[in-house]
Amino acid sequence: MTEANTHRSPTQAVLRVNALHKQFGDIVAVDSVSFDVHAGEIVGLLGPNGAGKTTTINMILGVLEPSTGTIVIEGHDVRKARSRALDRTNFAAVYAPLPGNLTVYQNLRFFGMIYGVRSLSERIEALLEQFDLQRFRDRKCGVLSSGEQTRVCLAKAMLNRPQLLLLDEPTASLDPAVAHDIRAKIRDIAVQGGAGILWTSHNMYEVEEVCDRVLFLVRGRLLLQGSPQALLREHGAKTLEELFVRIARIPLTDAAVSA
Amino acid sequence: MMRLRPTAAIVLRQFYLMRGSPTRLLPMFAWVAIDIVLWGFITRYLSSVSAPGINFVAGLLGAVLLWDFFTRVMQGVTTAFFEDVWSRNFLNIFATPLLISEYVGGLVLTSIVTSVIGLAVMLLLATTVFGLSFFAYGILLVPFLLVLFLFGIALGIFASAMVLRLGPASEWLVWPIPALLSPFAGVFYPLSTLPLWMRAIAALLPPSYVFEGMRGIVAGNGFSVATLAAALTLAVIEIVAACWFFSHVFRFAVRTGLLARYSAESVS
Repeated sequence: MTEANTHRSPTQAVLRVNALHKQFGDIVAVDSVSFDVHAGEIVGLLGPNGAGKTTTINMILGVLEPSTGTIVIEGHDVRKARSRALDRTNFAAVYAPLPGNLTVYQNLRFFGMIYGVRSLSERIEALLEQFDLQRFRDRKCGVLSSGEQTRVCLAKAMLNRPQLLLLDEPTASLDPAVAHDIRAKIRDIAVQGGAGILWTSHNMYEVEEVCDRVLFLVRGRLLLQGSPQALLREHGAKTLEELFVRIARIPLTDAAVSA
Repeated sequence: MMRLRPTAAIVLRQFYLMRGSPTRLLPMFAWVAIDIVLWGFITRYLSSVSAPGINFVAGLLGAVLLWDFFTRVMQGVTTAFFEDVWSRNFLNIFATPLLISEYVGGLVLTSIVTSVIGLAVMLLLATTVFGLSFFAYGILLVPFLLVLFLFGIALGIFASAMVLRLGPASEWLVWPIPALLSPFAGVFYPLSTLPLWMRAIAALLPPSYVFEGMRGIVAGNGFSVATLAAALTLAVIEIVAACWFFSHVFRFAVRTGLLARYSAESVS
């Protein structure tokens, strides 16, 4: 267990997902998935490509309506009170870069105003410093490297001091040194800021290092959940990657699901 | 409740984009200026070869100016919306607390700013170079512009919703909309010129009342308040219908996953 995930004491749930189900025609993308994310907790949402991770995140963000099931963020049902639920929620995703025709500062100001951030100028300056973006402040996001763009997305994701943070492969395009620093920053946000974080990644080393708990999603179903250490013990795997490969290759039968 | 700050953010974003890109700024001035210059010379020529007493400047150039204003208003809304299409920004912008009313309000405010700038350029050119006097229309110019503005907003919101529903590639269906409507609106000729079926469509278009009224005033026949009220009412109803349509399409896009998909795909 790393230092980061020994000091957390998860309290109330910032995110409650209950019996979430999404169907596109005959295809079931997410099948009766339920889980919580607590304040100060980092939860890894893992699964092979097409498992339903991004569909789940899109539903939590209110840009995709579940077929059935509920999503409650800090007591607000996303379907019934979308704006309130998303007020203290934010996200960064590798497939959703900020508009490339605006500068770093302009993007942060634009989204800061949309989130209704108070003392916005001070907040932007603090985030530019936190993510080492001062020298890029007047540069258009489109000309930044993918790693720099990821840092801008993360800065945007922190603008409203979110209580729920959704990070879809946040370190996918970062070099190991920057990825290490970013992981440390995100851990601080969970530990000190008390945010609940839902984190998807294909980097199992990273997940093992950062996450308090992991959820294994395979073909829309939640097959396993627990702390990385407990899951490794229970399934006799040496690494999370070994467990990931094993789970991803299980033929999806009801027996496998209940196991 | 609609909040001012997120709405202002949409306008600010457009300001940033224009400030950073002359190619966005230029069309606000260039196309309207070209239209006024072209039609200004056409009216000057027509005036020189026609019988005295026919006011081509007020009738023809005024019509071009008002139609251009309506087009700019509509495109002010759609262009602000397209910025999110072009930058594949739907996911970022709609995964926020932003309300649809705030977003649409921002598009409308953006259009007000850009179309007023375009109008000022047109007025300046038409009055100083070609001697167009808007005193010819009297106080009615204000409600005329208001009707055109409201209809431009309604059509802009409707066209944006259409792109949201049909996908980014359908942007190309939006640009010709004003040209498609112009034969029905009677911009350059009386509605009585049109066959009956076209007149029926014209009756649903608020600009047709404006241009008919404008010709009446130039010819010294006046313009009835009831007709003006009908045009205004029609424009307001069409705005409400367009907002409902946008909201309906947005809900459809959220239900079916279109919204999330557009963020991942380019114009296709």
